[in-house]
Amino acid sequence: MPANRFNGFTQYGVGIGLRIPHYRHILEKKPVVDWFEIISENSMIDGGRPLAVLDQILEQYRVVQHGVSMYFGSVEPLNREHLKRLKALVRRTKTPWLSDHLCWGSVDGSYSHDLLPMPYTFEAAAKTAQKIREARDFLEVPVVVENVSSYAEFHASEMTEWQFLTEVVERADCGILLDVNNIYVSSRNHSFDPFEYVNSVPHDRVAQIHIAGHSKFEKYILDTHDHPVIDPVWNLYARAIELTGPTATLLEWDDRIPSFDEVHDEALKANRYVAERVGA
Amino acid sequence: MELDRIQRSMFDAVRQPLTAGEGMRQRTRDGKSLRSIANEIIKPNDRLTSFERLEIYNRQYWFRILAALSDDFPGLRAIVGERRFEKLATAYLLDCPSGSFTMRNLGSRLEAWLREHPEHIAKLESIALDMVRLEWAEIEAFDEAAKPKLTEADLPGLGPDPKFELQPYVRLLDLRYPVDDLLISVRREQEVADIVSNAVTERIRSRARRRRLPKPEPVFLAVHRADNSVYFKRIDREAYTVLCALRDGKSLSDAVDAVDWSGRGPEEASAHVQQWFAYWSAQGWFCKTT
Repeated sequence: MPANRFNGFTQYGVGIGLRIPHYRHILEKKPVVDWFEIISENSMIDGGRPLAVLDQILEQYRVVQHGVSMYFGSVEPLNREHLKRLKALVRRTKTPWLSDHLCWGSVDGSYSHDLLPMPYTFEAAAKTAQKIREARDFLEVPVVVENVSSYAEFHASEMTEWQFLTEVVERADCGILLDVNNIYVSSRNHSFDPFEYVNSVPHDRVAQIHIAGHSKFEKYILDTHDHPVIDPVWNLYARAIELTGPTATLLEWDDRIPSFDEVHDEALKANRYVAERVGA
Repeated sequence: MELDRIQRSMFDAVRQPLTAGEGMRQRTRDGKSLRSIANEIIKPNDRLTSFERLEIYNRQYWFRILAALSDDFPGLRAIVGERRFEKLATAYLLDCPSGSFTMRNLGSRLEAWLREHPEHIAKLESIALDMVRLEWAEIEAFDEAAKPKLTEADLPGLGPDPKFELQPYVRLLDLRYPVDDLLISVRREQEVADIVSNAVTERIRSRARRRRLPKPEPVFLAVHRADNSVYFKRIDREAYTVLCALRDGKSLSDAVDAVDWSGRGPEEASAHVQQWFAYWSAQGWFCKTT
């Protein structure tokens, strides 16, 4: 499954998120990096420095778009202005696939700017899948959805999170951005076996994998993207690639961001697991 | 429970303002029990009650949007002070929640809202409003579109009394205080933030310290962009009048006529206009007409 219809039949290797503190290093030193992931919303603008930097990056690197506010799970319709701007950016970056989260976050046109968890119901799966299909039809690029970290569960849920993810992606016929750190965080917050999650998702739909660090509190774990990846998350990653094959992998480091080299070195650890587990 | 009802209940709860201790309130602003709402939709676990699990999202919501607004308006923060800024920011975001997929637009209604709620900037109204206008102009100038520049070759096609279109990223401000200098000094201490997908562990406390405020002084300013950096260019009152008239679609002759040239001869006026246009053209402030 390394290259499949959900990631535009690409084999992208190990990338990192493109973040402001690293702009100068990347543009001046031009380090060898398999690919960069950008947050779409940071570039859905009309001009100025963010687009100029993006254009310079695009001249030399492969870029994949990752969104944070499509809110496929919100009951309200997709935001047409958002879609139009996103499509313009897709044309600019030529992203082979585009990801956003399996979550909700807006009501009646008001935005939370958070990734709020879904109740795992058949009604929610059907509505979410329909919106993913609409977005993909409009954007004309494969759309993949990412499992989020969550800190709450709903009484209304009718299935497990991994069953819900499967239900949504099969109804939408879309790919998965499997975030193994989010699986770990949620497994600790909700007391389930993270390996059961990884073993149960439809592996042939995994287009990309996210790895990241998190923060532990007394009674819960938060998905803060401000630490190196811990061993239990690497172990989940190893299991995931055993099942999916070597898949485009991306390290998220969004807060207390260290040097470019430190972030990139952390990401490249993924290659060890690929070599060990799938012999790539 | 249906998806729509769950989302409305949770969204309403998440947007309730925090307590002074940055926890979730017991009741919504219209008197509903947040514990009952939490119990109705969210399961407890062996470590956290339903209320405590909902509270995580309530705190995240406020930490994130307050930090974003705070990053966008460090000058206003420096003028009114951190405590007062936090109070006005919370009140503003309750009245004007984000209506955009990007937090870039969080402050788009702040000036209008402050004019309706001057109690939040009492005794500092003029300078605070000047600063908000400048900070919003800076946000717009940073990432508005740049259209193809007007060139000398385009001039003959504009006719005998041409209309000049300003670049979308050029903003014109008439200020009562020199808040441009104040903002530049505040900006030097600020870090740049980005939109990302991580959770926030704590309220990010800003570092804009209060400083001595400048005395009133009329300033006419063009906020513009060159080489992808935003600049504040002070201009004459007369130049400001001409640029505003051109921005509003007036012809060149009408724009020049809009200026009060009393006390200046036609030759002096003509020399000024030529000098201004040479500078504005060199900066690329005019674009090809659409």
